[in-house]
Formats: sequence, C-alpha cells, structure tokens
Amino acid sequence: MKVSILQFPGTNCEYDTQYAFEKLGAQTEIIWHKSTTIPADTDLLVVAGGFSYGDYLRSGAIAKFSPVMSAVKEYADKGGKVLGICNGFQVLTEARLLPGALKRNEGLHFISKHHHLKVENNENIFLEKLNTGDVVNIPIAHHDGNYYIDDEGLKELEANGQILLKYTDASGEIKNPNGSVASIAGVCNKEKNIFGLMPHPERAMESLLGSDDGIKMLQGFLAS
Amino acid sequence: MKAIVNVFLKAGVLDSQGKAVHHALSSLQFNNVEDVRVGKQIVLQLTETNKEKAMADVTKMCEELLANTVIEDYTIELV
Repeated sequence: MKVSILQFPGTNCEYDTQYAFEKLGAQTEIIWHKSTTIPADTDLLVVAGGFSYGDYLRSGAIAKFSPVMSAVKEYADKGGKVLGICNGFQVLTEARLLPGALKRNEGLHFISKHHHLKVENNENIFLEKLNTGDVVNIPIAHHDGNYYIDDEGLKELEANGQILLKYTDASGEIKNPNGSVASIAGVCNKEKNIFGLMPHPERAMESLLGSDDGIKMLQGFLAS
Repeated sequence: MKAIVNVFLKAGVLDSQGKAVHHALSSLQFNNVEDVRVGKQIVLQLTETNKEKAMADVTKMCEELLANTVIEDYTIELV
C-alpha cells in the first residue's frame, strides 16, 4: 500500500499523517505542492491538514491553484482514491472536487477538542471497516469547519449516501460543534472516490493521546 | 484604474460575524440596527485602461479566486 501525502506551504499535519499510515504498515511519500505528478504507485492520495498559504483569502482558496492540483484532479478523474483532512477538505471543496463549502465556525472560535462522530454510511471504499451507526472519538481542530451546502445540494447528498460522518455525542445523538448544515463532519463525491472530513483521525492513533479510534478509520482508507 | 471588489456571504447563508456585531451593537444600546453583514473589500490597482476589459478581467478573478460562489456574492466597482 502506498500513501502519497500533499504538502503545501503552511501544511502542518503531513508528518502526523505519515506516522499514522506507516503505523498501519503503509509506505508513504510526502509530495511538495510544486510537483506536477502523483507517484504512479499511489493507492491513496491524502491532502493533509494545516493552514495552506496561511489561510489567506479563504481556507484552501489559494492551494487549489498549486501546480500539483491538476495532477490531483487527473488522479481523481481516473478513479484514484483521494482523502482530504481538515484543511485538505477545505482545499477539495475550493477545487470543486467535493460539493459545498466550509464557513467560519458559528461561534467564531477556533475549536480544538475531542469530539464524537457517527458513521452515517459505510457503503463506500473509505469507511468499510466501520459499521453504519458506529460512534468514534476523533479530535477536531478548526476555525472554518462549518460545512455549508444549499437545501437542494443537501437533498442530493442524502439521496446519494454522500454524507459519511456527522458530529454527535458519545451516544450517537446529534451534537453540532460549529453550526455545520445537518451536523455534517465529512462528505464524499458522487462517485465515492473522494472523501473530505474536518476531524483528524491521524491524531487518534494512540490511546495515550485520548483515543485510538483513528486506527480503524484509517485501516478502512487502506482497505481496498 | 482601481477595482473595488466587495465580497459578502450570500443572502440566506448565516453570517456569524454579522450576527455577533449586531449583538454587540445592541449591547451598546444601538437598537435601531435591523441587520448586519460583515464582508471583505479587496482593492485592485489595475494597469488595464479599458473599462469593459477591466470589468471582464475582474469578474473572472472573482469567479476563480476572490469569491467562493458557493457561499459568497461579489460586487465590482471601477474607479
């Protein structure tokens, strides 16, 4: 299994992501954003979290024009598996590879804490190691994690099973930390080969750090 | 020529910053404010001298980068 991890100026979760996937036995490579190609043997391409280009203008807005992004589009168009975590999710929405947009958190605060998430749908290549209805404990750390999509778009997401994760409490009841539409924490594209989520599963790899629920989630990303 | 671009969240998209400012104004007893929207202004100093061409260029800049049209509207003023 080969995981390629994108690095923009301002990315700061690339090494956590590398640690997490290597812990699961994957081979990893960090790809600088000036690269115009994705390694041919890539099984999973990760757009890591952080603050690409300092979040100037909007989170992810400038990163979408980095040279590597054309290669990302090409890789995704061919059915390649792309995962965006936090700022990576924002980059993928800005690049229109995922529907919707991320707004400033409703409470206007940066939120950094452990939060529970419920698996809404596991009929996809990402969450197949988890069951629909499973609740996992995965940290969030964002200022612009308030997912927005209009009513029509939301209906489409629901009809296609594109909503993969929602923010909940430990019992699976909706608990929305940032005002996101329908408490959405992660969505995939229609073809289900691109997945973006605001929480950081790569930071939940050791029970010592509060949770190792990220292990099962990341194992799913490597599964097929 | 200068282009003044104003970017605001679309009507119907909750503007949390606007809401917070509105709330703060109410706390200061400014009770005659109905609604507040907070946006951003981007001022571009252009080398282009043709107004039509400038408008077309800046519109393209807004569509591609300066605004996220999923959630934001923009206005352009040339001065």
